Amino acid sequence: MNTSTQVEYTLTELQSCVASHILEDNQSVFVGTGCPLVATMLAQRTHAPNLLIIFEAGGMGPQVPELPISVGDSRTFYKAIAASSMHDVMAAGQAGYIDYGFLGAAAIDMYGNLNTTVIGDWKTPKVRLPGSGGANDVGSFCWRTIYNLRNQSKRTFVKELDFITTPGYLDGTGAREKAGLPTGCGPYRVITQLGVYGFDEATKRLMLISIHPRVTLDEIQDNSDFEILIPEDVPVTAIPTDEERRILREIDPTGRVIDK
Amino acid sequence: MTNKVDIIAEGEGELLGWRDPDENRAWIRENKPRGLVDKQMSVTKAVEKFVKDGDYLAFGGFGHIRVPMALVYEIIRQGRRNLAIAGKTAVHDIDILIGAGCVSKVECAYAFGHELRGLSNAGRRAVESGAVEVVAEISNASYQWRFLAAMMGIPFIPVRNMMGTDTFTKSSAKQMTDPWSGKTVTLLPAAYPDVALFHVPCCDKYGNASIDGIIVEDFELARASRRVIITTEEIVDEEETRRNPRGTVIPFYVVDAVCEVPYGAHPTEMPYRYFFDEQHIYEWLALSKTEEGAKEYYDKYVFGVKDFDEYLEKIGGLNMLNQLKKVEQLRMPMGDVQSNQAE
Repeated sequence: MNTSTQVEYTLTELQSCVASHILEDNQSVFVGTGCPLVATMLAQRTHAPNLLIIFEAGGMGPQVPELPISVGDSRTFYKAIAASSMHDVMAAGQAGYIDYGFLGAAAIDMYGNLNTTVIGDWKTPKVRLPGSGGANDVGSFCWRTIYNLRNQSKRTFVKELDFITTPGYLDGTGAREKAGLPTGCGPYRVITQLGVYGFDEATKRLMLISIHPRVTLDEIQDNSDFEILIPEDVPVTAIPTDEERRILREIDPTGRVIDK
Repeated sequence: MTNKVDIIAEGEGELLGWRDPDENRAWIRENKPRGLVDKQMSVTKAVEKFVKDGDYLAFGGFGHIRVPMALVYEIIRQGRRNLAIAGKTAVHDIDILIGAGCVSKVECAYAFGHELRGLSNAGRRAVESGAVEVVAEISNASYQWRFLAAMMGIPFIPVRNMMGTDTFTKSSAKQMTDPWSGKTVTLLPAAYPDVALFHVPCCDKYGNASIDGIIVEDFELARASRRVIITTEEIVDEEETRRNPRGTVIPFYVVDAVCEVPYGAHPTEMPYRYFFDEQHIYEWLALSKTEEGAKEYYDKYVFGVKDFDEYLEKIGGLNMLNQLKKVEQLRMPMGDVQSNQAE
């Protein structure tokens, strides 16, 4: 099945391609900087030319000329359809206009809840992280949220989070709706250095859906503190094609993001 | 006839900046002139007059975008203490203020990080040592909706995020049942900062300000705050405002001070005018790894200069500013910026 080049691809190239394949044409996506934006631009330049990019600080539908450094920098509204406001963007999300959202995190639990606030106790943290930012909003409002996590391990895939910054499926089926969050949305895919995960329909628990080349099922489970649901016959993740890698290089010529 | 509303859950975070709406209306009636008054003054005067120890402040812009840095430096220079800061995605401003010992409280949507550039050294050190206290958590959307409630003169606004999370538990929000849909909603309390500070491209002497590019939440924040200080790249004639009235993002009647400060957002980005000064930001990130290093930064760039013009000379003067302009306008790659910094 490996029709691609023998030259090694980077983890970000792989994750960008996986994320890009998830996105659909004529849909909207809420992005930050880094890998998610690279994935979004790749989708735009391949199968989804009419993907609507939305940035939380107000950039809507830009033709991004080069990779922005910040989710508010002027590259996020270059030749855009609107240079708007956070209220406008977040209200659009709350009203149901945003299909996909991307998030990263320091830690995740089996229901896809995320921590980006503190390691340790909230009052006297061992490590203070930046906090929610727009993450809680993305996780609450976007129809489907995609997580990009680079360091799956027992420390990051945890049984219990020190702090739930952003809602996944909370404590299982129906919990989001019961809590009052908008109906019918939530985490959709989790992409790590080892594999791609979704959520089991019945239990809303994390479930493996594809495994990256040269990774074993034991590695998937050994790098998680909670039990990952593993179905029979898990396919291998499609690796970046030569064409995709060429486009990625166009998007990020200095390799600032994709060389990682 | 009606039942008392049942509160389903309450966040335990400290309630910053809330005021009774009638008290705030009365304050506005007394303190905000509706007539056109020339509000031009120096940055020194504006900070002396309107920023007090213990105030709750919020800065305009977003992250490293359009941040009123000349005002930030002046607050440090004047030695303000015990400030509470809105971490409404506050990045460079809050980090520099914390490092200088000006801050004691933060309500945090996003702070202590520099996006792709990494985590804040000064900010994290202060929170982990207890020198600065995070008194409440919130999200970006919710923070600007607190300002939206305040600008509307309503005590709270219902929203559909934060439920089920510790972001809610540690916030100052509450939850109740929506009497129409029967669903649980989060109630965000209005937030009226004591002072909001902005840097804009153009403003007339009365305070009618325009903003190029994204507005972020400056529309709501300016109208929510009791005092508003604006620094501007240039003061424009009132006729300029009247020629394009749709361009006014912040109207004069909410503004208290207008200060002309070209490049007043450096080292953050001013859309269409100048790009981030990456070298300067990284100098801060490197120096702030230690308290001694941070002190060296302040001695060099804040206490070691008499005003913002001298600061601009120190960061490389016109040569550097012209390069940042070219990068912003996509006429030069960021990697080609050459430092010619005066020692």
